Amino acid sequence: MVQQRARHAWWRDTKWQAVFYQALVLLALAAVFVWLGHNAVEALARRHVASGFAFLEKTAGFGISQTLIAYTEESSYGQAMWVGLVNTLLVSAVSIVLSTLIGFIVGIGRLSSNWLVAKLCTVYVETLRNIPLLLQVVFWYFGVLQTLPGPRDSLHLGEWIVLNNRGVYVPEVIFQPGSWFVVAALVVALTLSYGLNRWAHSVQLRTGHRPPVWWAIPLLVVGLPTIALYATQVPFALSWPQLAGFSYEGGLQINPELAGLTMALSIYTAAYIAEIVRAGLLSVARGQREAAEALGLKRGLSLRLVLVPQAMRVIIPPLASEYLSLTKNSSLAIAIGYPDLVAVFAGTVLNQTGQAIEILTLTMAIYLTLSLITSALMNLYNRAHALEGFA
Amino acid sequence: MRAIFLSLAAVLALGSAASANTLDSVRKNGFIRCGVSEGQPGFSNPDARGNWTGIDVDYCRAVAVAIFNDPNKVRFVPVSFAERFTALQAGQFDILSHNTTWTMDRDVAQGLEFIGTIFYDGQGFMVRKSLGVNSALKLDGATLCTQTGTTSELNAADFFRAHKLKYKILVYQKESEYIAAYDAGRCDAATTDRSGLAGDRLKLKNPADHILLPDTISKEPLGPAIRQGDQQWGDLCRWTLFALVNAEELGVSSKTADAMLNSTSPEVRRLLGKEGGFGAELGLTNDWAYRIIKRLGNYGEIYERGVGVNTPLKLPRGLNALWNKGGIMYAPPIR
Repeated sequence: MVQQRARHAWWRDTKWQAVFYQALVLLALAAVFVWLGHNAVEALARRHVASGFAFLEKTAGFGISQTLIAYTEESSYGQAMWVGLVNTLLVSAVSIVLSTLIGFIVGIGRLSSNWLVAKLCTVYVETLRNIPLLLQVVFWYFGVLQTLPGPRDSLHLGEWIVLNNRGVYVPEVIFQPGSWFVVAALVVALTLSYGLNRWAHSVQLRTGHRPPVWWAIPLLVVGLPTIALYATQVPFALSWPQLAGFSYEGGLQINPELAGLTMALSIYTAAYIAEIVRAGLLSVARGQREAAEALGLKRGLSLRLVLVPQAMRVIIPPLASEYLSLTKNSSLAIAIGYPDLVAVFAGTVLNQTGQAIEILTLTMAIYLTLSLITSALMNLYNRAHALEGFA
Repeated sequence: MRAIFLSLAAVLALGSAASANTLDSVRKNGFIRCGVSEGQPGFSNPDARGNWTGIDVDYCRAVAVAIFNDPNKVRFVPVSFAERFTALQAGQFDILSHNTTWTMDRDVAQGLEFIGTIFYDGQGFMVRKSLGVNSALKLDGATLCTQTGTTSELNAADFFRAHKLKYKILVYQKESEYIAAYDAGRCDAATTDRSGLAGDRLKLKNPADHILLPDTISKEPLGPAIRQGDQQWGDLCRWTLFALVNAEELGVSSKTADAMLNSTSPEVRRLLGKEGGFGAELGLTNDWAYRIIKRLGNYGEIYERGVGVNTPLKLPRGLNALWNKGGIMYAPPIR
């Protein structure tokens, strides 16, 4: 073989040919993009439209209804972009967690031996994944949350929660100086408990006897922060929501825009996740469940210890795509006034500056980056769970 | 968004297609394409049978009469506030007549050319009567609703900052969504141009429960715009608007136009094409203005038909009265 290959010239080698043609295609593609870019810059100049990224430094001048990072009207367009991005990340992260929870419950429920539970879960899946997401977003926002009473007739759920068409208000914990000490104490206590538990578990695996550590964990978790609280003279305060002027002020407010979008995204995506979970569970060989039963494991235990861990190998890759779609679907925010990346940056900023090409390119790049990061994380998780040689 | 991507593709790929001579391409098409709102009563609003009415619509019809002698040789292209400029740039229509505020940035950096002002407006606020608020200065801490892609977002921010008042603003993509949110009580005040608010008020469940506050917080000269760089098309569009205003000033209306053909006033004779060759200089016939006014009326008639006191909007002339009748509507002379 080696001698035979040596007789061919290198350009006759199929391996080199493959690399060569791929490089050629890549070059051609790059040339097309360069040409498009050049064409765009020329066309814009001819039409007297400003181009370039200098606008990112200019003062934005408009307000944004939900800002998790520092932003005022005097901030730059670039800062407005970050505000929008953080809002996108917030709604996506919360919805991913909720949709996964609901999806697993419904997916496992569809396989339940209880007729009613199984049928209810089927109805859930078939209804919600067949209604367009935009309709669901509009339904939760206008159909449900906006029909709540106004601020002056708010619903009070106990003493703590105020509910009206401006949002949900709960008391907010204010961290005063010294509070980091209490938080640190809690973190230390949790870390120690975790270590203690791991150690007890390994001893149990080795000897069959679990060291009596059950009393130490609550003592640690309650005790350490309490000492810290006492030492720092309770560095926390509560800010209560109060009716002031037009609406409630103070406390922690969850806007109906955020709530509506989160509900729609989680409930809709959960229908797809449920099917993925069901497929995953069904992919586990029946013998596995029977073996678990033969060992005397109860249904819950066999699910948790035998079926779900094996099903995860099938579940994770499509689950990652659901997370990606959810993040991109969050751009429906603009329909209900939630200030996400598309609404703020590809919406308001684009309209104020008119620099469509720059802004849409940046927006696409950001979504691409988000998707690639999500993919990479899910791939890492997948690799950790995959069978040898199937990663 | 779809339109943005479409138009982006158009800008990228076609490049030069839309910057050709607009009048030639309009003549070749046999009609004008006119970018209008998705439904703004009094300005550009379709009825149940798809007939468009309003002053922005009538302006485009006037240009159609000037070129084709037929007010129906217009194709109306509804476009959202957010997409209108990109759509114009991409050549989806020939005139943008979309209650658009003439601002420096749009004129200079966004490649638009404004033809003039067809309606002098200003931004205002609409609130529930039950709120008991009688001035915008009492809106401290209020939540506002508006629509994306307008000057309203910035004006509101400027106003509240200048008066050191707190506010929160919710920005919706569509007019219907912004009105629904205000109607549901999500915000305390709706804010946009006063003429727009007057129209939006009619779409609420109980229009009588809502009032416009007296404050006007901005200057909003609304007018048609075209792509920058087509002088001939700009002249034709601009002087069509001026002819409407000059006709009102000279007392030439759809009813009097025929009789005025025998007028001895040199100004009237020039307007109606009896003297001079003004139409020909625009590439039209010399009786272009006569034909427009005969069919559609002068500026005052168009105003009254679209937004005047006998329409649901009930907007008095105010700033839009002629300069010699207490307003600021003024057109350079035809001579």
